[in-house]
Amino acid sequence: MRSNLNFFSDEKFRSIFFQTLVIGLFALGIYFIVQTTGYNLEKRNIATGWRFLSDPAGFDISFSPFINFKSTDTHLDVYFVGVLNTLLVSFCGCIAATILGFLVGIIRLSSNWLLVRVAYIYVEFTRNVPLLLQIILWYSILIQLPRVKQSLEFLDIFFISNRGIYSPRPVFETGFSYVFIAIILAFISSFIIRRWAKKRQDETGKQFPVLSSSFGLIIILPLLLFFIIGSPMSFDYPALKGFNFKGGMVIRPEFIAMFLALTIYTAAFISETVRSGILSVTKGQREASASLGLKKSWIMRLIIIPQALRVIVPPLTSQYLNLTKNSSLGIAVGYADLVHGFGGISLNQTGQAIECMVIVMATYLTISLTISVFMNIYNRSIQFKEK
Amino acid sequence: MKKLLSIFAVTVFAFSANAGTLDDVKNRGFLKCGVTTGLAGFAAPDDSGEWAGLDADMCRAVAVAVFGDRSKVEFITTTGKSRFPTLASGEVDMLARNTTWTISRDVNLGFEFVGVNFYDGQGFMIPSSLGVSSATELDGATVCIQTGTTTELNLADFFRLNGISYEALPIETNDEGKENLFAGRCDVYTTDASGLSSTRAAAADPGKWLVLPEIISKEPLGPLVRHGDHQWGDVVRWSLNAMIIAEELGVSSENVDAQKSSNVPEVLRLLGVEGSYGEMLELAPDWAYQIIKQIGNYSESYEANVGPDTPLEIARGLNALWTQGGILYAPPFR
Repeated sequence: MRSNLNFFSDEKFRSIFFQTLVIGLFALGIYFIVQTTGYNLEKRNIATGWRFLSDPAGFDISFSPFINFKSTDTHLDVYFVGVLNTLLVSFCGCIAATILGFLVGIIRLSSNWLLVRVAYIYVEFTRNVPLLLQIILWYSILIQLPRVKQSLEFLDIFFISNRGIYSPRPVFETGFSYVFIAIILAFISSFIIRRWAKKRQDETGKQFPVLSSSFGLIIILPLLLFFIIGSPMSFDYPALKGFNFKGGMVIRPEFIAMFLALTIYTAAFISETVRSGILSVTKGQREASASLGLKKSWIMRLIIIPQALRVIVPPLTSQYLNLTKNSSLGIAVGYADLVHGFGGISLNQTGQAIECMVIVMATYLTISLTISVFMNIYNRSIQFKEK
Repeated sequence: MKKLLSIFAVTVFAFSANAGTLDDVKNRGFLKCGVTTGLAGFAAPDDSGEWAGLDADMCRAVAVAVFGDRSKVEFITTTGKSRFPTLASGEVDMLARNTTWTISRDVNLGFEFVGVNFYDGQGFMIPSSLGVSSATELDGATVCIQTGTTTELNLADFFRLNGISYEALPIETNDEGKENLFAGRCDVYTTDASGLSSTRAAAADPGKWLVLPEIISKEPLGPLVRHGDHQWGDVVRWSLNAMIIAEELGVSSENVDAQKSSNVPEVLRLLGVEGSYGEMLELAPDWAYQIIKQIGNYSESYEANVGPDTPLEIARGLNALWTQGGILYAPPFR
């Protein structure tokens, strides 16, 4: 009896004992859930397994910009279409939300009374209205645009209706690959110039116009080449034929609604993160750099932002994760994302609810963890390095 | 989505009792019946907020059979997508939700269709201003389609078979389809012909809409229950059959009391005067009498909800009795 008491009064033993107990109970719980699910499925004669993935889907998906999907393709193809659509709207949303969020965050700290108020109202409004309502609001507005036969026209090549925004589609002809190679080369060389300029500045203090020279390289060089080799690109223009526009490119209202809602909603949170990051840099830093005679824009770019980023990036990561996960609300407006296509239609047509949900959840987990990994790498690269 | 997930959770954690559904329903004191989110003529709240329609009558008929009281139903709305998990998880005792009877649903999903209460087929509805007279002229059109339905698969097959293209606009509910069609986001709305009639009747100006003549599929719609509980399946099956047999025998809610002294043996069996059919089903002896008294026979339910005198204006057609040129047929009551 005494020795028993001794065991429990030993802190190390106690902590190991309780941790093992908790893990054991957790494992037991998982085992129990799996067993019960299997039992209930069998009792209700619900077929299980992964065979349905190779069965033909039998339905069509209209929004599939990357894969040419047909109804004879399999449920696995439905999955890939969904993943790509989820990634598309998440990627575009993250980029746009970052730009808008930084802009609004900086505006809120500016001295312009009107801009500050507008930004304040924007942030408070969008942060406090559920995202789902915002998505539906944008969609309801877009669907009230003119009908396809009464489309708004711009220069006879852009058409806006409630079926989407139609624009000419570039068709690349032979020879365009040279232009493409030129663009890549321009990117690489501007990167090299940047490193060289930084090194030179560190050593000699002389500056080099990196931004304008990179701009010239990336834009003007490929453009020149493009015209020299005789414009190897034409456009496929949209034209109204029958029920719809044929040809050209189209951005669907479902995508636009999702993109706008996700961007505007998440940007409000990002702007607050940015604001807090900038405010975290002490006033002394600003004053010290001003007394060194730095320009206002330089103070922001060289002194404030690099220090603010250390505070901004971790919460920014979680905003990216939120945006990606929130893209699953696309189901509300029929945006053909992962949840809508595979986790919705395939699930329902095959009845394999558990299988589909497991796959969808595992996919979101993978996407989220991937984003986290990259953001953590970036975060480490901007952290203050002790010299 | 939330609903789907909670249903998923319920499916996982359901430690459902082994007692039969009939006992569960009796103990609970009311029937849980899964219906659509609102489809006029089949199941939709009427002006006074009461659920009404052919499917709603089906639910009420089962409630009457079990409790002798048409009000002992809780109507639970389901979308095309949530209906099967809702039934499988035991959230509802039965579905009467214009659901097509197919082999995969009957076999693979573990359900049992107990009969057909409406023979339907898939059609197309367009604005008459489009000037289209046949579905084969719909090349390139944008089509509103409810996801997770048989119509979604039929649509893909039809356009593939005819070698014409279309753009699908997926929607979740009939209301969403209506909204998108009326706003011109899609050119065509396709669903069961009865659903189209219902949608057309709900339009501000029904004359502006045209249901195309093509019927591209068989859609036998009927009530369904979970597979494996045959006693409960029998109760639902014979509640439906009782209404059909009543029409065949000329028994209606108006003459049902007088018919109790009929000299036709099957009428007497149906109304519980002779035989012990109620006992076999573990129901009250006058269960079928009560259905006819409180709900009416099939014809009465049809005429009140979807028939030619209603806004839906659907002629009996295939849904007429087998003796009157239709295919509505119930096994004998003996």
